[in-house]
Amino acid sequence: MSEPIITFDKVNKWYGNAFHVLRDIDLVVAKGERIVICGPSGSGKSTLIRCINRLEEHQQGRLVVDGVELSDDVKAIDQVRKEVGMVFQQFNLFPHLTVLENLTLSPMWVGKMPKKEAEEKAMEQLNRVRIAEQAGKYPLQLSGGQQQRVAIARALCLKPKIMLFDEPTSALDPEMIKEVLDVMIEMASQGITMLCVTHEMGFAKAVADRVIFMDQGQIVEQNNPHDFFNNPQSERSKDFLSKILGH
Amino acid sequence: MAAQTFQPIPPRPAPVNTEGLLPWIRSNLFGNWKTSIGTVILGALLLWIVPQLLSWALFRAAWAPNAEACRLEGVGACWGVVAEKYRLIIFGRYPFEEQWRPLVATVLMVGLLVASCARPFWKPWLALVWIAVLGTFFTIMFGGVLGLSRVETDRWGGLPLTILLASLSMAMAFPIALVVALGRRSNLPAIRSACTIYVELIRGVPLISVLFMASFMFPLFMPQGFSIDVLIRVLVGITLFAAAYMAEVIRGGLQAIPKGQVEAAATLGLSYWQTQRKIVLPQALAIVVPGIMNGFISTFKDTSLVTIVSLYELTGAMGLALNSDADWRPFKIEGYLFIASIYFIFCFSMSRYSHWVEKQVNKSKLR
Repeated sequence: MSEPIITFDKVNKWYGNAFHVLRDIDLVVAKGERIVICGPSGSGKSTLIRCINRLEEHQQGRLVVDGVELSDDVKAIDQVRKEVGMVFQQFNLFPHLTVLENLTLSPMWVGKMPKKEAEEKAMEQLNRVRIAEQAGKYPLQLSGGQQQRVAIARALCLKPKIMLFDEPTSALDPEMIKEVLDVMIEMASQGITMLCVTHEMGFAKAVADRVIFMDQGQIVEQNNPHDFFNNPQSERSKDFLSKILGH
Repeated sequence: MAAQTFQPIPPRPAPVNTEGLLPWIRSNLFGNWKTSIGTVILGALLLWIVPQLLSWALFRAAWAPNAEACRLEGVGACWGVVAEKYRLIIFGRYPFEEQWRPLVATVLMVGLLVASCARPFWKPWLALVWIAVLGTFFTIMFGGVLGLSRVETDRWGGLPLTILLASLSMAMAFPIALVVALGRRSNLPAIRSACTIYVELIRGVPLISVLFMASFMFPLFMPQGFSIDVLIRVLVGITLFAAAYMAEVIRGGLQAIPKGQVEAAATLGLSYWQTQRKIVLPQALAIVVPGIMNGFISTFKDTSLVTIVSLYELTGAMGLALNSDADWRPFKIEGYLFIASIYFIFCFSMSRYSHWVEKQVNKSKLR
């Protein structure tokens, strides 16, 4: 296995005092690895990946991302966020900015890139997700699938080493899921480290190196997709798979 | 079996025409029997009232500045009171021969306000123009230089004072309100409670008592021989008062912005201030344009309360003009209608402007 880029070491997290959302998470992600995380709702999958760019903070254990340990240190957080892109279920595009402005915002204001260069780079990314002709529109004028592809392009503008996807297709109409998955599959072929929370099992089979199954804040099972889907080891994952693949 | 081809049905026009004047009247005034009755009753009322009003205000009105003519039998509105007293109403106790100075100052100030509303002027240098115009305003009004005689602020009055108080307090209250609104949502408990206490304290008292404190109590706490002009103290009072209300309006807008927006900004590496400035505030302020303009309009009218601390702005100057003159005192209604129309022109313009701003900021929501 190549060198690790993300390391969870006995990571624990609580919401309030009572809700123990992540329990003793141990996980090592190798550079370039593509991981799909699945599990029932409330199992902590989203929280797990949101800890990686510190949208959520963990209370116990060590979490190292690209050689930087995450703590309250703001500099460390900034450094990690430079390397980690994220795509949300609800897209979270900025509705008051055009598509192009959504993409150039961070390069110009955080990366101090000149406007012209930022726009060229942004158009490159929009081409990559096949939506360049919509650059001048506002996000709400686009379909859900188009918005999500813009969101992916926006994350890619920062040239991240790691991409996090938090249920990227769950808010989409069935006809639009494919266009987003196609873009993600193409990205996967380019060697970027990907962690994706999703229930798109076709996507998992096509691109994942490893599938992680979570329940009640724990990693219950992890395996390559072929073995995970054909030969799940635990009762809990068998039950889960029978429910999502059952019809 | 061969697959059937899908044949879309071509669109047809609606069976009943809904555009044009007649359909509009039919659907809005005589939609059903209840609205029809309402239309008839209101129409009759208007037919009864409007002619009487026109007769009083126009056809039977006395226009000459002659109090005797106004007292004749059968005369309607006495607009002569305006013709006689307008300079006192508009410029208050400002020395009569020097009243070109407040006129120039007011025109400058209104010009600045109008320009500040137009998009082409929203440039950084607008701040410098504000400073220049305000400097000129105070120089012309106060005098004491360039051969202008000195006029103390207690003689300032009428419309210039109203406009000065309103525009300065609005211009200063807005940034304060922004900071306080952000402060109330801060993660730092000290900042959060300071902002909360400020808002709750100010909202807990009427503007009149704030003005009283600024005018009469504040000097008691100042060291001997040290004084701040009453105009400044009142201005600060109105500003702090307006800012507290506006802060709550803005906070309402901030709360309407989904958490996902801030999270997306965070993952893109934006700092707190960058996130507020580029992502949160543009959206939040767009939502609360009507509320902010509400605040501006009520601040504009609230300036009339400074009369109680002996600053005679438009309303105060009006009272001053008529109360001191027994000949004209009976015609207060016409006087008040006159200043009411001045207030209305300003407030209605603000309201229309707010409407325009709303349209501008909501462009991104149009499909």
